Amino acid sequence: MTAYPTNRMQADVIIVGGGFMGAATAFFLRRQGLSVILLERDLVGQAASGVNFGNVRRQSRYLGQLPLANRSRDIWLNMPRLIGEDAEFVMSGHILVTTSEKDGDRLEKYAVDCKPYGLDLTIMTGAQARAKFPMVGPEIRTVSYSPLDGHANPRLAAPAFGRAARRAGARVIENTEVCAITKSAEDFIVETRNGQSFQAPLLQISSGAWGRAMAASFGEDIPFAANGPQMGVTEPLPYRIEPVIGCASSVPEEGVYLRQVKRGNIVFGGGLRSVADIVTKRAPIDPLNTMRQMPHLARLVPQMARLRIIRTWSGVEGYVGDNLPIMGPSSRVPGLFFAFGFCGHGFQLGPGVGMTMAELIATGRTDIPLEPFHIKRFQ
Amino acid sequence: MADEPVIVIGAGPAGTRAAQRLVQAGLRPVVIDENDRQGGQIYRRQPENFHRAPEKLYGTEAAKASSLHTDFDLLRPHIDYRPGTTVWGVSNEGLMTVRGQDVTIVPFSRVIITSGATDRIMPVPGWTTPGAYSLGAAQIALKAQACAIGRKPVFMGTGPLLYLVAWQYLQAGVKPAAVLDTSALSTRMRGLRRMASRARVVANGVRYMANLARAGVRLHAGITPRAIEGSNNQVSGVVWRDSRGKLRHAACDAVGMGYGLRSETQLADLLKCEFIFDPCFTQWRPHVDRNGRTSRPDVYLAGDGVLLRGADAAEAAGQLAACAVLRDGGHVVADTEFTQLHETLTVMNRFGRGLAEAFPWPAHLARALPDDTVVCRCENITAGEIRRAAGELDAPEMNRAKALTRPGMGRCQGRMCGLAAAEILAAARNVPVREVGRLRTAAPVKPLPLNCTVRS
Repeated sequence: MTAYPTNRMQADVIIVGGGFMGAATAFFLRRQGLSVILLERDLVGQAASGVNFGNVRRQSRYLGQLPLANRSRDIWLNMPRLIGEDAEFVMSGHILVTTSEKDGDRLEKYAVDCKPYGLDLTIMTGAQARAKFPMVGPEIRTVSYSPLDGHANPRLAAPAFGRAARRAGARVIENTEVCAITKSAEDFIVETRNGQSFQAPLLQISSGAWGRAMAASFGEDIPFAANGPQMGVTEPLPYRIEPVIGCASSVPEEGVYLRQVKRGNIVFGGGLRSVADIVTKRAPIDPLNTMRQMPHLARLVPQMARLRIIRTWSGVEGYVGDNLPIMGPSSRVPGLFFAFGFCGHGFQLGPGVGMTMAELIATGRTDIPLEPFHIKRFQ
Repeated sequence: MADEPVIVIGAGPAGTRAAQRLVQAGLRPVVIDENDRQGGQIYRRQPENFHRAPEKLYGTEAAKASSLHTDFDLLRPHIDYRPGTTVWGVSNEGLMTVRGQDVTIVPFSRVIITSGATDRIMPVPGWTTPGAYSLGAAQIALKAQACAIGRKPVFMGTGPLLYLVAWQYLQAGVKPAAVLDTSALSTRMRGLRRMASRARVVANGVRYMANLARAGVRLHAGITPRAIEGSNNQVSGVVWRDSRGKLRHAACDAVGMGYGLRSETQLADLLKCEFIFDPCFTQWRPHVDRNGRTSRPDVYLAGDGVLLRGADAAEAAGQLAACAVLRDGGHVVADTEFTQLHETLTVMNRFGRGLAEAFPWPAHLARALPDDTVVCRCENITAGEIRRAAGELDAPEMNRAKALTRPGMGRCQGRMCGLAAAEILAAARNVPVREVGRLRTAAPVKPLPLNCTVRS
């Protein structure tokens, strides 16, 4: 690994945005031997990275994303050795359940289609599923079981990568908001609200819902929206529900999901989203959405109706028009890279995105296919 | 929502007087009360099938309690009273309330929140042992159910409530094993200067102490709590250092503890009212003008839920907030009514600040808490875990500490432990406590059954 450049305001790479993507990229860039400055407006992993459901799930993803998701899953398993902590990752299995025949057919087709990508799913009938997962409700029909997926604690994962990046020699600078990015002949000049200026020949924008404006400032605008997931958690009860359970309904309001943590609480989310405000940095949690989630959660796990909800929350997530992230090099500016807008499904991908982007930035290539996520698709 | 009703949340001294004033002006407010019967905490009513005399329940304040109850009973035909109903959230359409499994959305033109206060807790090793209660809980057991928390309780903490509850127990035939106050006599004398304006209240307090002493109850001042001991999973004693530093012990079967009060500010937080740090009470609270107006034009606050001044002040502040609601809504309210209430409250303000000075929150105890002492009892988070968040995990403020090591993450959302946890975090980072901020409120304010349905 190289030492710091003598000028503390310069590095090989500047990363704007210290969410999961930025923190993981910083960590893996250090392993590639590049010097890194990570600029975070607030604290590492505070926005979408910290408030999401915590799904470490591959099944039902866009097929073209599975190579990246597979790579990420390998890193999740390896995290204690890599960064010294596991962020409460458990390989608990993940089941997608349906209540209609049409949705069931979709699951069966996906289980066939994903096989060439190395994802092995088991399709079960409702009865088979209830034999293996007795908490599942009587209305459940077809179930798709992914034994090697699981869940983790989103409040811990990105900050853990941030600390690991710092230990590895990255300069992780929090409470520092970027207000302007320009490119001179060789370098990007990044100016911050508190009057600092940073310089690097390579730059990654991984600022989540705030990434769109930064990309647009380089002439690369995209269809984009900021939304807030509607999350909640119950009081704790003895640990019984091992797999993450999600409803694969094509009706948005029915699409709820839940996981029980080993402490006993059941974390849930899904259904409708709220509209987030990127200026105030707040996404509302609508209590009526919480009410709408209740009957659908009880359809998945009827015993949940006997519990009480102790907290709900939301956070600002960036959604791209075609529901796929912006990831890869800029189509206009050499040295500029993007990794943002993960449309509410970025948590599982975080470590894989970090490793892949670091590879791409350091060597100019990666074996992971990123074509579907290239920003040029909107030009 | 101009056509919607005015809502009063809470039916203690502040809420009752607010509702009464609104009715006098010809309004029909909705009064949402979390308790099953009106009265609030200090004037809590006993269940209908209990028949103890007011003098027995409320002591020197019996006349005030009776008048608050009677006046409310007279209001009943003129208000929409919803007892046993909790406001748990705020949507664009109105307040979200729950009673049993029925969720109702209550639209409002203006809302007066009189949510009261709960005990301020400073953890001590052993405080989660069965038999350890807050002072408020000890009082509720007595008032509502005619139950004592033990046969030989110790009351520990600081503040006037310490002596009131001990005296109420004595009256009920339960002699406390000891009353342990962290405030030294000299500290109390300093606060007394501001309290002289309400000599009768001070005299009542002194009378409680004298009665306790006469009955042989040991009253210790300037103590430092060390531990609540337990055997067989039940409180068996209390260990403290006396004012001269000597280690002392009292055998007991229960402990009631509290170090003054903390305002219940969650609803104001959910309604996005602006908060300020109040250095007198060393806690964050919603900002209000002297009439109880918040930073939001349709939200008003009164009583201990915003300023810890006690029940008498709450009655005046409730009426005053109602006057502000009426005037802001275009009703005529005489200036003299505002002036008189301001004068009353000026005395109460001085007195409240004197009390805070006489019985200070012992923030310094947080720094000395052993690492293995549980602070957040919902999540079983120790002082050491909070210090780990402060140090190794570099959490600069409470919400970050909560995200990383979970203090305040449980059922009570830090209502019990939040202020003590903030002191521990601030001490570990060597910053004033205001700099570590306050825990953000999340709906539901109280646990919400998952089998609720919305009633229209």
